[in-house]
Amino acid sequence: MAPPIALGWWGVPLAIFAGAIRVSTPFLFVSLGEVVTEKAGRINLGLEGTLVMGAMSGYATSYLTGSPWLGVLAAGLVGAMLGLLHGGLCGLPRVNDIAVGIALMLFGTGLAFYLGKPFVAPKAPNLPSLPLGAWSDLPQVHAALSVNALFFIGILAAPLLRWMLANTGLGLMIRMVGDSADAARAMGYHVNRVRLWATAYGGFMAGVGGSFLSLYYPGSWNEGLSSGQGITAVALVIFARWDPMTCLWASLLFGGAGALGPALQSVGVTQGYYLFNAAPYILTLLIMIISCAPDRTLVGAPGELSITR
Amino acid sequence: MAGRLAAAALAPLLAVLASMVLFGAFLFAAGVDPLQAYGLIWLGAWGSWFSWQNTLVRAAPILLTGLCMALPAQIGLVVIGAEGAFVLGGLGATAAGLWLAGLGLPPLLVQIGMGLAGIAVGGALIAGCGALRQYRGVNETISSLLIAYIAIAVMNQLVGGVMRDPASLNRPSTRSLPDAVMLGNIPGTSVHVGLIFGVVACIGAWWLVYHTRYGFAARVVGGNARAGRVAGLPVGRLILSFCFLAGGAAGLAGMVEVAAVQGAASADLATGAGYTGILAAFLARQNPLALIPVCLLLGGLDAAGGLLQQRLDVPDATMMVLRGVLFLTLLASESLQGRISLPRLVRPRLAPVAAAGE
Repeated sequence: MAPPIALGWWGVPLAIFAGAIRVSTPFLFVSLGEVVTEKAGRINLGLEGTLVMGAMSGYATSYLTGSPWLGVLAAGLVGAMLGLLHGGLCGLPRVNDIAVGIALMLFGTGLAFYLGKPFVAPKAPNLPSLPLGAWSDLPQVHAALSVNALFFIGILAAPLLRWMLANTGLGLMIRMVGDSADAARAMGYHVNRVRLWATAYGGFMAGVGGSFLSLYYPGSWNEGLSSGQGITAVALVIFARWDPMTCLWASLLFGGAGALGPALQSVGVTQGYYLFNAAPYILTLLIMIISCAPDRTLVGAPGELSITR
Repeated sequence: MAGRLAAAALAPLLAVLASMVLFGAFLFAAGVDPLQAYGLIWLGAWGSWFSWQNTLVRAAPILLTGLCMALPAQIGLVVIGAEGAFVLGGLGATAAGLWLAGLGLPPLLVQIGMGLAGIAVGGALIAGCGALRQYRGVNETISSLLIAYIAIAVMNQLVGGVMRDPASLNRPSTRSLPDAVMLGNIPGTSVHVGLIFGVVACIGAWWLVYHTRYGFAARVVGGNARAGRVAGLPVGRLILSFCFLAGGAAGLAGMVEVAAVQGAASADLATGAGYTGILAAFLARQNPLALIPVCLLLGGLDAAGGLLQQRLDVPDATMMVLRGVLFLTLLASESLQGRISLPRLVRPRLAPVAAAGE
């Protein structure tokens, strides 16, 4: 094995590229879930808790069964259950979706920490990666281009989801429920039921996103695993104006921004580390300030969404 | 009045009962005796004067961060940025405290300066969200959530950069405030005076909202912004001033955290008090006065965590689970509000017996 070659400053774009792929996957999954939830007219701020719970249950399942893919499935199912809880509670009259989201954030994180205690030490089998960098001699390129299959699933899911929302009856129903509950009711749709399943699906995706954290990168379970990816992804959906394809680009952008801080740190630039981590929030806020006006809301915003009314 | 109060308290009480049953089942499944656990929680939260003092200390910041949600709610805004105002308020107060103490001012003046700095920074932050809402149409819920995270990043950046004490190596922090300017305890207790700030602020906010014309105007706007505008109410000014007061309360809580507990600003300033405050306000149904009992409950649960962990050998996350269950059932109980009523104890004989099965 050749000794690693010091790439110096050339390592920065490579690290950003690698980070954009690696860091973006949880963003991608959470946002592709939340985009449907929000299209149906609800916002689930509890996805941070769902993500952590997914990370824990995915890791635990992988450790107990020896199969990381079963872990991904378990993480998704646990996430879906938390989504059902959110959707069910918000279906009750006068229950605020933002408050339930924050409560679920605390509940999911707390439950994951409680149940995850025995799994902090053991090493569970991780998800395999595809060595797309095998053509290169540089180990840094190998590291950057060993891409997880979940990333490709996410890339495929984005256009599929966009097509589903735009061209199918299911997509039309979700959009109608999110744009005007009255119209949807008049058409005979069950508004609460559609939102319930949209939130459950969002929870499933967030759980899978969490399992990526514990089963691939960083690839272990501990209580400091999530650095707010769940909340970032909720902001990302707004940044992406509720378009799944834009969610994909925004995830890559935010992933790259998240990788910028550590990458610069490795070449000796330590200034602004925290601000790079906050870049997704700053960018989303700027987008909202630029594109909102007192008499109109963001283009593409679901009409029933409490945060845009 | 008493009857209405009892009816309003019935749903939350049922919710507390339901969450005790759910959490008890959870503990039972985990092999812990629920009754023993509840006994310990009672003991650790409200069982002795010592526990009460612990509870009061933990309730103090939530009283103020709860106002950060409850005050804008009067005017129809959902502001969830208390954590940001708390953190930057604490940082601003630290900067002011270090500067003023360096000038050699007497401690009381330094403390007043710190309080004002915390209020100003926190208030400006949330007023900024209100202004974005009023003049740019940016939704205040999302902007305040984003600003909370940006504020924490800014705080970490400053604490690790220009405000860093060179002597703090592994955990960056600012220089420590001189002992003389630290806030003292309420005489005869181990509870710092921040509790008084919190209680006074809650009572003051309640007075402002329910007993002044200004508060009435705010509630009119909160009920129907268009009606408020048609009636000639200064909607923009109301929104900005309520948001400033809200952020100021959270900023003051940050100042207390620095000046009574931590003694310096560091990453530890992000305690999560802002998020607990949001839930406290929802549980108090956005009534500033109801925040006081709610915070005594939440502060008590927080205080009991250590004892529970120690005696029953359960993970520290146990109390997080209990809080999560409690929040969820209490929020769900909102839907019962007004749909259940107390049994009519006043005139039991007039009720037909046959209707009892209904």
